Amino acid sequence: MAVITNKKDKMDSEEFIQLFAEQFDETEASEFKAETSFRELEEWDSMVALMVIAMIDEEYNVKVSGDDIRNSTTVQDLISVVASKK
Amino acid sequence: MSHLNIPNVSVRGLAATVPAMVKDNLTDPLVNDAEKILKNTGIHLRHVAPEHICASDLCEDAAKRLLDALEWTPEEIDCLIFVRQTPDYILPATVTILQEKLGISTSCYAIDISMGCSGYVMGLSNIAALMQSGLFKKGLLLVGDTISRTCSANDKSTYPLFGDAGTATALEYNPEAAEMKFSFGTDGSGKEAIIIKEGGYRHPFNSDSLVEKEIETGISRSGAQLVLDGMDVFSFGINKGPSSVKDLTGFFDIDMAEVDNFVFHQANLFMNEKIRKKLKIEPEKVPYSLGKFGNTSSATIPLTLISERKEALTSSHQRHIGCGFGVGLSWGSFYFETENLVIPEIAYLN
Repeated sequence: MAVITNKKDKMDSEEFIQLFAEQFDETEASEFKAETSFRELEEWDSMVALMVIAMIDEEYNVKVSGDDIRNSTTVQDLISVVASKK
Repeated sequence: MSHLNIPNVSVRGLAATVPAMVKDNLTDPLVNDAEKILKNTGIHLRHVAPEHICASDLCEDAAKRLLDALEWTPEEIDCLIFVRQTPDYILPATVTILQEKLGISTSCYAIDISMGCSGYVMGLSNIAALMQSGLFKKGLLLVGDTISRTCSANDKSTYPLFGDAGTATALEYNPEAAEMKFSFGTDGSGKEAIIIKEGGYRHPFNSDSLVEKEIETGISRSGAQLVLDGMDVFSFGINKGPSSVKDLTGFFDIDMAEVDNFVFHQANLFMNEKIRKKLKIEPEKVPYSLGKFGNTSSATIPLTLISERKEALTSSHQRHIGCGFGVGLSWGSFYFETENLVIPEIAYLN
């Protein structure tokens, strides 16, 4: 198995929020805060969820599950999940 | 991951049959957000089986036409494998029905393999392993599913994705053959990601099995229908797809630049493109049949070779890497070479 080196060793919340916001086409980036309940956003759907999973995979080399997404309410919850899996 | 290398066996021909009935995701009243689904999944048309067509019927048609095209007789077939998630019966194994319908000798070796997305890799490795010593000279690998028949029409997470298909692959003992190479992996902790819960013996079919329940908005299904956790499967696919191919090429020291075709299980375009980009494979080497047939479960890899690469396969030497990943969870990759394959046209069964 090839070893993929982690691009980021420490979690930077601001950076995560920015990367998270980039997965949305219509929702303004300024709307995203750590406490944003992302699943309540109008644009949130299963496709955005997949893009978030892909972003976390690419940027953090972390594999998040469907339950990880479903059990997260805020962006901060997701940051905690990613941090705990790094 | 585990590995297998198999000498002395060549693929000689491929054939596919799909149901004639077509669903168009852009005009199907059961598909909402059709444009978006097409853009993200790449799935436009799906050939779907009515109730009287089973996966075995599609495979039977493909096998008969392939034997004709190869000018092989059914009596010459020493071993027959049927890979599927959608058998005719709980028992007996459907392969026995295929042996009879195809007129293959009662002396043949015949077995069903219950695998889906990784099924072509598992089936090919099994039949090639059986044939490598040379006592079985000719073999038929039949791989197909009517997975659309397991989906609820009111489940947006499965209904627009799946089509049906049956394929046949003819193999022959050949001491001159380039080695086939395989890599495999299995992780049953992900069994719930793609599952039909009722109808086996853990949760037998019962008086509630046909009752449709709303899981969430846009997703209603019964216990006897297919469950697909899109997020789990996606997360799995974008990890195991690339790592399986890297494991195969790394273990066997295969130069990816010399491979002509990288054929992936056709899950959906968004996921498959992520896998392709992670492996840094140029788009020209990665064929898609998703737009024409959707995700046809175990049949996607041979169907894609036939649908998208027929000309090159029938007229030249080609090197293939394939990768199947999904239900189980199970995944695997293969490498093999072909020379001037026999491939009849895709047929449409009514």
